[in-house]
Amino acid sequence: MTFRPGLTGSIVVGGILAIGVVCVALAWKPSIEPVTPPQAASFDADRVARGAALAAVGDCAVCHTAKSGQPFAGGRPLSTPFGVIYATNITPDAETGIGAWSEEAFARSMREGVNRTGQYLYPAFPYPHFTHATDQDVEALYAFLMTRTPVSAKSPPNSIVFPLNIRRLVAGWNLLFLRTGEWRPDPSQSAEWNRGAYLVETIGHCGACHTPLNALGAEEGSRAFAGGEAEGWDAPALRATPPGPGPWSVETLTNYLRTGFAPGHGAAAGPMRGVTDELARAPVEDVRAIAVYIASLMSKSPSRTAPAGRAIAYDAVYEGACAGCHAPGSSLRQLGAPSLAASAVVNAPSPRDAIQTILRGIPWREGRAGPFMPGFADELSDQQVAHLVGYLRANFSHSPAWPDVEKEIRRAREQGGS
Amino acid sequence: MITLTVNGRKHEVDADPDTPLLYVLRDDLQLNGAKFGCGFGQCGACTVMVDGKAIFSCLTPIALLPARQIKTIEGLGTESAPGVVQRAFIDEQAAQCGYCIAGMVMRAQALLERDPSPSEDQIREAMMPNLCRCGTHMRILRAVQRAALAMKGAAL
Amino acid sequence: MNALSMPQLSRRRMLATSGALIVSFALSKRTPADEPPPAAAAPPEALPGSLAHTPMLDAWIKVDATGRATVFTGKVELGQGLKTAVIQLAAEQLALAPEHIELVTADTDRTPNEGFTSGSHSMQDSGTAIFNAASQVRALLMEAAAAQFGLPVDRLEARDGSVHAPDGRSLGYGPLAAGLSLHVSAQPATGLGDPKSYRIVGTSLPRVDIPGKLTGGVAYIQDMRLPGMLHARVVRQPSPGARLRSVDAEAIEEMSGVEKVVREGDYLAVVAEREWQAVKAWRALSNSAQWSEDAKLPEQSSLHSVLQALPARDIEVLTWKGSAAAPVQRLQARFTKPYLMHGSIGPSCAVAQSTDEGVTVWTHTQGVYPLRGALAELLGLPKEKVRCIHVEGSGCYGHNGADDVAADAALIAREMPGRPIRVQWMREQENVAEPFGPAMITEVSAALDADGAIVDWNYDVWSNTHSTRPTKGGLLIQNAALPDPLPTPPPEPIPMPEGGGDRNSNPLYTFPNAKVVYHFLPTMPLRVSAMRSLGAYHNIFAVESFMDELAEAAGADPVAFRLRHMTDQRARDVITAAAERFGWSKPPPSAPGRGRGFAFARYKNLGAYCAIALELTVEHETGRVRIGRVVAAVDSGQPINPDGIRNQIEGGIVQSTSWTLFEQVTFDRRRITSVDWSGYPILRFPAAPASVEVHIIERPGLPFLGTGEAAQGPTAAAITNALRNAVGVRLRDLPISQDRVKAAIGV
Repeated sequence: MTFRPGLTGSIVVGGILAIGVVCVALAWKPSIEPVTPPQAASFDADRVARGAALAAVGDCAVCHTAKSGQPFAGGRPLSTPFGVIYATNITPDAETGIGAWSEEAFARSMREGVNRTGQYLYPAFPYPHFTHATDQDVEALYAFLMTRTPVSAKSPPNSIVFPLNIRRLVAGWNLLFLRTGEWRPDPSQSAEWNRGAYLVETIGHCGACHTPLNALGAEEGSRAFAGGEAEGWDAPALRATPPGPGPWSVETLTNYLRTGFAPGHGAAAGPMRGVTDELARAPVEDVRAIAVYIASLMSKSPSRTAPAGRAIAYDAVYEGACAGCHAPGSSLRQLGAPSLAASAVVNAPSPRDAIQTILRGIPWREGRAGPFMPGFADELSDQQVAHLVGYLRANFSHSPAWPDVEKEIRRAREQGGS
Repeated sequence: MITLTVNGRKHEVDADPDTPLLYVLRDDLQLNGAKFGCGFGQCGACTVMVDGKAIFSCLTPIALLPARQIKTIEGLGTESAPGVVQRAFIDEQAAQCGYCIAGMVMRAQALLERDPSPSEDQIREAMMPNLCRCGTHMRILRAVQRAALAMKGAAL
Repeated sequence: MNALSMPQLSRRRMLATSGALIVSFALSKRTPADEPPPAAAAPPEALPGSLAHTPMLDAWIKVDATGRATVFTGKVELGQGLKTAVIQLAAEQLALAPEHIELVTADTDRTPNEGFTSGSHSMQDSGTAIFNAASQVRALLMEAAAAQFGLPVDRLEARDGSVHAPDGRSLGYGPLAAGLSLHVSAQPATGLGDPKSYRIVGTSLPRVDIPGKLTGGVAYIQDMRLPGMLHARVVRQPSPGARLRSVDAEAIEEMSGVEKVVREGDYLAVVAEREWQAVKAWRALSNSAQWSEDAKLPEQSSLHSVLQALPARDIEVLTWKGSAAAPVQRLQARFTKPYLMHGSIGPSCAVAQSTDEGVTVWTHTQGVYPLRGALAELLGLPKEKVRCIHVEGSGCYGHNGADDVAADAALIAREMPGRPIRVQWMREQENVAEPFGPAMITEVSAALDADGAIVDWNYDVWSNTHSTRPTKGGLLIQNAALPDPLPTPPPEPIPMPEGGGDRNSNPLYTFPNAKVVYHFLPTMPLRVSAMRSLGAYHNIFAVESFMDELAEAAGADPVAFRLRHMTDQRARDVITAAAERFGWSKPPPSAPGRGRGFAFARYKNLGAYCAIALELTVEHETGRVRIGRVVAAVDSGQPINPDGIRNQIEGGIVQSTSWTLFEQVTFDRRRITSVDWSGYPILRFPAAPASVEVHIIERPGLPFLGTGEAAQGPTAAAITNALRNAVGVRLRDLPISQDRVKAAIGV
């Protein structure tokens, strides 16, 4: 039986096709002419320095540097719900990096998520945040990146599920979710708060991890900073239910962001560790401004103090594996590490970060003092991790037991070996 | 009493379940290889293998270990019949004070069992959990490479 | 302990190899001093090495009825290969296979008093003594054989433990020794043979201790297990002068396996049956102890200016005055070094047992005799009632916690008479309580003439003492915690030519005018003592960095500039060799962030000569320094074990790389805060150099030169000189950390 559309059917199909053609037509972006890589000396030193400070806040190096790779030379895999994306080489190498990109091409990538040749970039590159940055800051970042050491390195091809590997479809995503326009300060707030808000919402792109994503991978604007995830770890909520049972002051938050450690709260782990490594090199007044803004979000939740201490039940595994560092009187505790009762991961809504921390630990920094924890992935079986996680939850938090712990453990072992 | 399988033999050990394996190996079983270096999982002097993976025996209470296979350096070979990795370390004279070396050997053994042809960078990365204060690193790296070659030769 | 009393003899017989020559005579003559070896009681012509103070041959060598030899040394194995080297020396001269030699190392009951194993002296002192003593023992054995054969001695050959006559007759050392007394004084002149004919010395005999260490053998003090042994842990004062206000000892004593809580003044410890029980009890005891603390440490960020402002005793190290061309350029610079930690991988450990006869302590101290004296004072016992026996620990790199933990074991053993007590320091205790390598400051200025030669040189260095080794009880860490503490002797500088803070402050170069002053600082804000190479690490770092700065100002190549000012031929030889092997005259094409550097020193101007050339790369974004190829040339005189020399130089290079790039002790106003490896990170495998080559210039027949500390200083300067070459920045404050490099190179 042949299919014979009636007149209405033909108009509908024709209409959809026409919209599709228009979309695809609109989606087409021109290639911008390549340029000869500009000389490093041609960039104003102050602008480069400002770009360096912004790059530290944006932690570009964290995504765009492979393990044992050269800085900014790309190649690092990023797991997303849609597959694996490899960060690109953003050194000023003409062939494999962005050396041939004009300032216009760079600005377009930051504002519209389109590369020099007109290809759409996946919003794993957080251009929906960068799009709100000032022209001055985009120019500064361009100056910074173009004065880095060029590295010849081609990133591996992405492995995204079909049909999402058709880049043009991102145009549709942009249509739905990309809001452009420069960020606007809030005149009722202080200059410092506004500075922090600007950095967080634009270059810092904190919401890319700390805001939940909808089914199409876009941040849920109405639930900004209600918590999200990154590479198998939960990025805790920064509003409504901020991390940990105790309050965060601006001072504590500033120190945490710059050092990766907050006495009374704990240490940065997983993807956040790389962020704090970069923020250590940002101007301290910028980090403080970020802390002022984030603290203002946190303060909107009901005020909390850490619950009174409780008798900790004995556990053989905790005693033999954990107490040496974590129990009262240990040298770690004497240096300011808190009881696990103050720990954000033990008190979190999901067991995921507790599991990841136990499995992965907190890695070494070469030649620099800082928090370290060995990972126990090989010492503990899944059941043993579950037992330990249950024990920590029962003894170091007042929250109910986590469900589905063993499933989360299996998931964690597959993801996030960061 | 806890039953531990060490180097293929079962041992009934009368120690508290929270006792780290390190102390049981040394004090109950008189196995000297694994050493106390820090007790924090930071130096690797205590490294042994459990189910084929290198672990810190200073942080692994024996409660975790019934039904698992524990291997120590004593299980790799003896002075008169050293194992491949031990032989490589002896041939390279890869030791100064030697305190770290049993841990190094076990970490290397675990590496080579899972990856028989590691690159130099991969070896360095894999050995990172283990510290050597005397500065024997160059010889240790050569010893691991030598052992890898010997294992490949034996497999051919 | 009276050396001649019966119980003493029978005890010694238990320990001696069976059938051995009686040694009591030798022991009764043993000097009971606890200081560095006593003044020589020798014939007017000086005896070589330690024979000068211990001239009797049987103090060093015994031969038993089976023809095997036991050799005694007052030095100890630190992981530097001493045991192997000494066996080689004895084997060579005794004409005995190394497997037939047993070595006994420092034991106050059995071996000569050779003070401390330190300062790279072992081969010069003990090695030389044993080399000569062995030669003379062999001569005596050959004379005895000659008498029995009725042949002149020069017709005989000693080989593999027997003396052979040309007609085929032979006599083993065993029967020969039975009819011989080795209780004779050594002679000054010894036939040591032609170095070209050496079959054991000068060869890379594999280390005798390595196979055991690689197969789980009993090798370290940590491996000792004595019947009835108990495990103890100490709760140390958290900062100097802390007072113990309260502790619930009873609750701890009720914990499973706990035998006793020891409390004496501010001294606190716990003893348990099993080791893990001791650890758990220690945790609880530490937690229960309440202290009041009033220590005042300096502000870390202004440490060096605080030190320079302390009262100083000025010591003139050298003054050279001569005529020179007019100066046309003057440079000056200031170099600083932080406190460094020895950082032994195995925290210190000791075992002690106290009985009516006295106290025996098994210890990895570097000096059993000085320690014995100090322990005797601390315990209020006569020296004769204390015995210290060296058992290997992990590498100590100087004065670490070994002596203090020995005192812990002795004090606790006294509380539990008859029971062997094993004390293991925890990691954080080693990090906090060990005496550190002192922080130092150098201010140096020099002038160049129009021809680019140095015409004057002014060098000032500030430092605390580099030795608070406990030669007296008052220097042990427990002293201040116990009631009625002993007086603590004030710190003293170690005199030149060895020196302490001024070690290697006197360059080997020749300058027409020079003045070097050591500002000795008696006030010690932190506990300090000897750490591998003492002041040489910092002084060579400063001198060799500054030489490069002068070379640059003179427009000269760094190697040529050094040679221009160096008349010592052996120094010139290592400098030239290192440069040639590195390919210094053919620099590679420049690459971003890549550079090369050179440095030289003769350790103490008395020990081994070492020149180092290396290349490195700086990662611009992070300031991270990656060491590439390192090439060293070393002259240790007559090499005893070439691979041992290489091992020590390689190890010194890697260790010094770690010191130079990463290390500093950290502290707040009250306590040390670098309590573990996360607070005091050291080099890990990814940061080890790409490659290290060591080329030995052999000097057959020349005196043995100590090599264990020769690479530390030159490595530091080679790194900073290479950094200057790579990225154009001159860093003068150690450590050359990633952050400092990044700050210097900018965005």
